[in-house]
Amino acid sequence: MSGVRLLVGTRKGAFVLTADGKRADWKVDGPFFAGWECYHVKGSPVDPQRLYCSQSSSWFGQLMQRSDDGGKTWNPAGNKFAYDGIAGTHQWYDGTPHPWEFKRVWHVEPSLTDPDTVFAGVEDAAMFKSTDGGANWAELGGLRTHATAAGWMPGAGGMCLHTILLDPVNPERMYVAISAAGAFRTDDGGVTWKPINKGLKSLHIPVADAEVGHCVHRLAIHKSKPDTVFMQKHWDVMRTDNAGDQWTEVSGNLPTDFGFVIDVHAHEPETIFVVPIKSDGEHFPLDGQLRVYRSKTGGNEWEAMTKGLPQENCFVNVLRDAMCVDQMDECGVYFGTTGGQVYGSADGGESWKAIVRDLPAVLSVEVQTLA
Amino acid sequence: MIRVELPQHLRTLAKINGEVRVEVDGEVTPRTVLDALEAAYPMLCGTIREYGSGERRAFLRFFAGEEDYSHLGMDVRLPEAVARGEEPLLVVGAVAGG
Repeated sequence: MSGVRLLVGTRKGAFVLTADGKRADWKVDGPFFAGWECYHVKGSPVDPQRLYCSQSSSWFGQLMQRSDDGGKTWNPAGNKFAYDGIAGTHQWYDGTPHPWEFKRVWHVEPSLTDPDTVFAGVEDAAMFKSTDGGANWAELGGLRTHATAAGWMPGAGGMCLHTILLDPVNPERMYVAISAAGAFRTDDGGVTWKPINKGLKSLHIPVADAEVGHCVHRLAIHKSKPDTVFMQKHWDVMRTDNAGDQWTEVSGNLPTDFGFVIDVHAHEPETIFVVPIKSDGEHFPLDGQLRVYRSKTGGNEWEAMTKGLPQENCFVNVLRDAMCVDQMDECGVYFGTTGGQVYGSADGGESWKAIVRDLPAVLSVEVQTLA
Repeated sequence: MIRVELPQHLRTLAKINGEVRVEVDGEVTPRTVLDALEAAYPMLCGTIREYGSGERRAFLRFFAGEEDYSHLGMDVRLPEAVARGEEPLLVVGAVAGG
């Protein structure tokens, strides 16, 4: 492995941060698409030069950008996201039916096998797929037309499909998460979907263990154990060992189990990372101390990782797509904050260093491990 | 020849310096101007008017001849000065601040 490339989406553009395998010195390129919100930037696992970026603006709507040279140059791809057939309605904040309306792409997920195939998770919640490098997008309509969909309701941030996990073994299996509908799984490549929320308990809905309505913030998976999925829910850290058929809470000794991000160590499938946030009413770290919590036991037993992170007067947030791990022998862990810092650890979370401190609010951080 | 002045973000997107000039056959309206603009610069599709409805995006305005054409529909005739290329159609982003 020769180095790493971080792809950072922010409120005012995208940035590309590169370093060699030591991950000590970083080069910062950008902003690309200056002034635009870049919700997510991610590279193809099979062609690391192929990157996709979701670029949006309240003025000018949604754009998709594609790079074929690792982020040096970009070209607009297709930006037409039309719901398949009749859009239908979901539940609005006041309980009335509200038409499905496309607002933006929250998440792009390139295929594990084909650089021209990429999935997009959008608001209002739906999943789209392109098989021509992002030029054209078609909805996988079976999710939005699920029997429960008319009752889905947006969270405060909108009704977004923000997480897409591709099963590394079974190409027909995918997981998605929607705020605030919950987690869903397909076993037939996206034709049909089932809610996988059994075991979740959410106090913001009338029936705490309802089939849908849960505000799932993020899912994470390790390639060696695809049936084990970790979840940061609005409150509660959860895990499943049967592909979502049953979830178990593993918040354990976390000081607060509210948060957005969760990720799994590259080489240790039972080592996971979260960043606890004080509460849903106070989106900043507990006691003004920015702490990554690591569990080496797949949850329940957590330890605070603080070395190099601010331990006083820190009141930033870490958003759901803003943590990632690299594949280097000594696993690197990265996360970005709404204060514009991107922190990196080259030793599995033991110690941290600010790679860059003053970017616009960070929405997403992805990493590519380069050969 | 119709002159169109775009917001800076759209000029950057379309790799345009200064005003855009497009040819419009027949009546000069917001719709016909935008049809010609999007044909010449496909990356602008969806950025000025919505896909599907074809309506102006909410945070943009159309000004011509010191008049606001934003609420007059896509098929209103633009001023003769715009049709003759003497003045530009201005596509303007709503101001925002904090």
